[in-house]
Order: sequence, then structure tokens, then C-alpha cells
Amino acid sequence: MDLSYSPEEEVFRQEVRGWLAENMKELPKWWNNPGVLAPEIDSEEYRQFSIWWHRKLYDAGFIGIAWPKEYGGRGGTIMEQVVFYEEIARHRAPGPFNAHGLGWVVPATLAFGTEEQKKRLIPKILTCDEIWCTLYSEPEAGSDMANVKTRAVEDGDDFVVNGQKVWTSGGHYADWAVLLARTDPNAPKHRGLSYMFVDMHSPGITIRPLRNITGSHEFNETFLDDVRIPKHQILGEKNRGWYVAVAALEFERSGAGAAMARENIVRDLIRMAKETKRDGQSLSQEPVIRQKLAQFYIEVNVSKYMDLRGLTHLLREGRPGSEGVISQLFGVEFNQRLQEFVMKLQGPYSQLVRGSKYAIEHGRWQYNFLRSRGNSIETGTPEIKRNIIAQRVLGLPR
Amino acid sequence: MDFELSEEQVMLKTSARDFLEKECPKQLVRDMMEDERGYSPDLWREMADLGWMGLVFPEEYGGVASSFLDLAVLLEEMGRALVPGPFVPTVVLAGLPILAAGTEEQKKQFLPKIASGDMIMTLAFMEPSGSLEASGVTVGATPDGEDFIIDGTKLFVPYAHVADYLLCATRTKDSLDKEAGITLFLVDAKTAGIGIEVLKTMTGERLCEVIFRNVSLPKSSILGKLDQGWPIMKRVLDEAAIAECAWMIGGARWALETAVEYAKQRIQFGVPIGSFQAIQHKCANMLMEVEGATAITYYAAWAVSKNAPELTLAASMDKAWCSDIYKHVAAEGIQIHGGIGFTWDHDMHLYFKRAKASEVAFGDGDYHREKVAKILDM
Repeated sequence: MDLSYSPEEEVFRQEVRGWLAENMKELPKWWNNPGVLAPEIDSEEYRQFSIWWHRKLYDAGFIGIAWPKEYGGRGGTIMEQVVFYEEIARHRAPGPFNAHGLGWVVPATLAFGTEEQKKRLIPKILTCDEIWCTLYSEPEAGSDMANVKTRAVEDGDDFVVNGQKVWTSGGHYADWAVLLARTDPNAPKHRGLSYMFVDMHSPGITIRPLRNITGSHEFNETFLDDVRIPKHQILGEKNRGWYVAVAALEFERSGAGAAMARENIVRDLIRMAKETKRDGQSLSQEPVIRQKLAQFYIEVNVSKYMDLRGLTHLLREGRPGSEGVISQLFGVEFNQRLQEFVMKLQGPYSQLVRGSKYAIEHGRWQYNFLRSRGNSIETGTPEIKRNIIAQRVLGLPR
Repeated sequence: MDFELSEEQVMLKTSARDFLEKECPKQLVRDMMEDERGYSPDLWREMADLGWMGLVFPEEYGGVASSFLDLAVLLEEMGRALVPGPFVPTVVLAGLPILAAGTEEQKKQFLPKIASGDMIMTLAFMEPSGSLEASGVTVGATPDGEDFIIDGTKLFVPYAHVADYLLCATRTKDSLDKEAGITLFLVDAKTAGIGIEVLKTMTGERLCEVIFRNVSLPKSSILGKLDQGWPIMKRVLDEAAIAECAWMIGGARWALETAVEYAKQRIQFGVPIGSFQAIQHKCANMLMEVEGATAITYYAAWAVSKNAPELTLAASMDKAWCSDIYKHVAAEGIQIHGGIGFTWDHDMHLYFKRAKASEVAFGDGDYHREKVAKILDM
């Protein structure tokens, strides 16, 4: 058991720190400054800011740290990637943009793509020249993702795709999408799907915005009407798309960076409780609140060490273990409880949202609290995850 | 970065499990609940022969200089097997402080005998107040020439009735600062004036009342320095908490695995009950709790083995988490088994009772959450 980092990893850490120290000076005044109003999170301004910072990170060699140089990555190690995310969290710096591209498309392409696909797709994801979204969910295919009905029919060198997708996060500004569509309606459900890349500017694609409970426009409905997709844009084998999608799901990063970001929130929470006085004493002196604050701190550490065990498995075996879903599940529910508790601490002020007089930190906690309800729905619900843990990890019968 | 047990540790764990499955079956555990001594001298001898008692002692005192994390791995397997007897009191509650604070003479006097299985020891710290604080130490030791006279009552002392020596926390000086004026004595159990009565406990663990009446001890029996025993005690309490957690995660995992196995086999309504979502979700939650407990315990044990500055914080986080989850997992263990889980004959209640006993030993969740709050300066 060795919780230390290698000399090379520490050198890299210093490189990241040095870069952040220099470059964070260029961040706009509203970044991480509760005194200054930030642009709305779904605004064009916020998005351009995110892309600008992402490209700075890219130029500094911090995007695709563990991915091969020949596709635009740094060719470094997983641990260096972990170190990078730790430092981003530690310094409360913005992270990379293009989450779906980096988190799903690149790993899936590296695992299942042809050389041509890797060369065509990966570099522009890393530079943020092409922004990606995912076209998985449908009105009848949520947790039951294999129930996808969007149909892809072969026609010469193309597939012609018809169907409807929902919860397309970032669909309204994405350049490309990964699509799960049915290529064989006669095969058993899981064996008739294919995984494809589609240009979001293709004729036949219509995007309609949806608003989530925070009031933001993050996701969309996407309609595909006779959309033509060249056959070479299939990833992996035809009718094996389900397995590509499932494998891509497993690549979801948790890692030490996430633990540090959660630790930041808990420290913010403790600070808020110390600074808020009610009836003459700090909230952090109130016995029930004190116990709850301590428990959050304990849970953040339990979660951190569970993540480290998962990371060790990844380092040793080259792929995440099935236990990774336990860490993920814990992290999501922990965050929801945490956000709920922040609301509680704010008392009546918890009701005040961005733009209101007396709102705390411009209502960012209100946004986070509401947004956190979505965390337990996107990328797999806790109900499904518990089924998976029970069945795949514990071997309980279906 | 490598947050996993080493190959050697895995080997230690596996061999300990194999040994205990054979030599410490549940029948032995149950028999020891009724036995006068409360432990099996044969098993004790065998564990000593395996080098378990001296695991973390330096070679010059009969040990193999393993780390506290190695010991935690061993304790995990012992907790899984519910090994009855004074192993933790001897090795952790007395052996480790002697190693840390003893004179060369004291180390030579005690450690090799502990390692060889020829010395049973325990810690007499808690008093009827049930306090874990320095202020809870009121049993007085008054100077009498070159000696000290101890008077007072210690309570919940594990296996005092079979101990050769007791490490006893006394108050030698009164002051406003209750952490000052505490002295630790290595007390020969045969010294005149010591009255021991065994209490009846839910787990069958032998906790004792120890009454000191005019017990005279030479100055040489002080461990550490006069009036300066509290720092040693604090370290003991941190290590004891983590050792308890190691014991707990072994038992919790047994409860989980046993419940899961039962759920796979028990048929009701024509299907295994393990196929019901309510049972699946219960088991998933139990696994999450046990995995979390294992991760935080290994971290805390690692912190002790590195003498890390944050080990007190680690100990409290660990004990708070494990105190809450072991009892929950064991309770669900009973629940999943239905009626038979509620019988004396099924082993689950042994774990459930152990979970509650471990919860209160060395501070429960609430106590340690408050410690965390203080350390974080809330």
C-alpha cells in the first residue's frame, strides 16, 4: 500500500501548478468570485469562455493526458491525468469542455475504432474544434436503453436513419454525435443495435430545446428524418453497438480529482456553517448540524479511498473494475445529500435565486441543488446501479 | 499510487482465514461464551506459534517487524472468525504502548513473552463513568515512599480475570488541565488488593470490574513518565479504535456474504428471494457500506504504520463510519434470513451482537463525529 506519487508525477504536478498560477490570472473576474455575477451557465458567453479555457489547457498539453500522441494526446500516464484533475480541483480552476467527446467518444473510438476513425475524430475532440453530444435515450428508451427504436436502414453506402432522441445534452451546439440505432429489427433487442457517428448539421436533424428544473437549457429533443449516415461512420461492428455503448459507459471517470472537488464543497459547507450565525452562535456549533457536517467530511473521505481502490484496480488491470459503479453511486447520492444540506443551512435564504437581492453567492447553491437531482438520472439511475451491483458484483439472480 | 494490499498481505490474510476456518469454528466461539476463561489456550498457543502476537514487534523482542497495516489485515480475519479472547487487549492495548513508551528493561520483560504467547495483558482505562476523556481517569495513585498506592474502580476491562498484567491509567496529580497528571502503571495481576469480577455481556466477551484497594506498586512499574501518561493513552485509543474497525470490517463482510448466499438459495413464491429488487437493493447498500469501511480502515491503518500526522483524524473517521455500518449490515443480515436469522442457532446474531459491542468500544459514531468536528475546528 503506497499512497505516494512517483517523482515523475510530482514533477508533472509542479508543471500543472506553475501553469495554473500563471494562467488563472487570465480568468474573467466572475470566475469563482461570489461577489461578481457570472454569465448564465447555458449562455453563449459561458460556452465561449469554456472553449477558450479548454484550448489553453490543450495548448499546455493537459488535454488527453493519457492518450496517444499520434491522436493529439500527451502520451502520458493515467496517474498524470489524476494529478491534473487533482490540481484543477485544488485550485478551483475550470476543467476541460467537450465532456461527452472526452468522456465517451474518445475512449470508445480508441477501443473499437479503425485507425482512420481514430485519426479523423480524436484530434478535433481534444482541441474542441468539434463538440460532441450523445444520441442514446428515447421517449421509450431510458433505463431500458436497449429498447431503442430509432431505425437505421441500409441504402447503398449509407444508413438512412429515422427516429427520435431525447435528453440530448448540448445537442443545440454540438457538431457531432454518437448515435445508438437499430440496424436489425429481427434480432434480439441487444443484438440489433449499431453505434454510429453522425454530423449534427446533417439534413434531417431537428433539435428542439427542453428546459430542466434549474431553468437552464441544457438538453434537447432531437428528431431524425431520413438522415443519411455513411456506413464507414459505424463504430465497431454492425449490430454490436450495444456492447460498444456499454463499454463506453464503463470508461466514465471518477478518480481522485472528483474526490478533491467534493472535498472542496464540504470545506465550503463547513466555512458557511462557521460564518453563519443564528441566535448568537455559529451554525457549526449547533449539535445536530455539527454531527451532520462531520459526517459529510467522513463520507467524502470514505468515498475518496473507495475511489483510490478503484483507481488501483484500473492501474493494475488496465480497465475499471465492476466495483467502480459502487464509487459512482456513492458519489452521486452523497452530492445530492450535500446540496440538500446546504439549502438547509441557508434557512429562508435558500429560497433566493440568481438576480434576487440578498441571494447568497448569486444563487449558485440553488442552481447546484436543483441540478443535482439530475445526477441520479443521467448515466444510470441508482435503482439500476443497485440492480447491477447486486447482480454483477454479488451474483444475485436476475 | 497503490491503494491495495500487497501480495504478502494477501497471503497473510488468506492463510489466516484458512487457519481460523479450521481452528476457530463457530462452535468454539459459542463454547467460549460459556467457558470460565473465555478463550482457548490451545488456540492461543497456535496463534503464538504462527507469530501473530509478535507480528508488529521488532525482531529483537521476538517479533517479525510487520506494520500496523499487516496487523489490521490479520485482525480483519480474526473479526470475521469472531476469535474469542484477549488478543487485541494483549497485543494492541498493552503491547503497543509498551513498545512505544517502555524502557529497554520493560520492553525486554514484556514483549518477548507476549510474542511467545506466554503473557496475557489488558488495559484498565475506563471507569464507571464510561468516559473516554482524560477527565474520566479518577482512580488515584498516591505516592508512598518509593511506591505508589492505587485505589479505585475500573470497569469494562477486557479479560482482566485471565491477565498476567494490567496496564492501568491512574491520576497522580490533580490540576485544572485534566490531561496533565495521568500516569500509566504496569500492574502485576497477582498484586495484593486487586479484586476482579467478570461481568455478563451480550457477546460473551469477558469485560471485568477491577477494584484496586490499597494496591502498592513500585515506581519502576510506571510506563513512560510520571504525570505524563495521557499522550501515550491518546495514541493507544487511536490505535485501539482502528484495530476495532479492522475487526469490524471482517465481521461485516461475513454478514454480507452469508446473507447474499442465503438470498441466492432461499426460494419463496417460486423464485430465489435474491431476485427481488428489495433484497437486491439491500445487499447493494450493504456492499457499499462494507467497501467504504474497508477502504477507510486500510487508510487509517496505513496512517498508523506511517505514523502520519493525520492519524487521529483518520482513526475518528474510520471508527465513526464502521460503528454505523457494521450494526446496520448485521441487522440486515438477520432480516434477510427471516425467521431463522432470529434464532440462537444461526450464527448471524453473534455478528449482530459483536457489531453493537464494537460500536460502543473506544467511542461510537457520535463521539467520533464530534472529534472530527473539533479537529476541523468547526
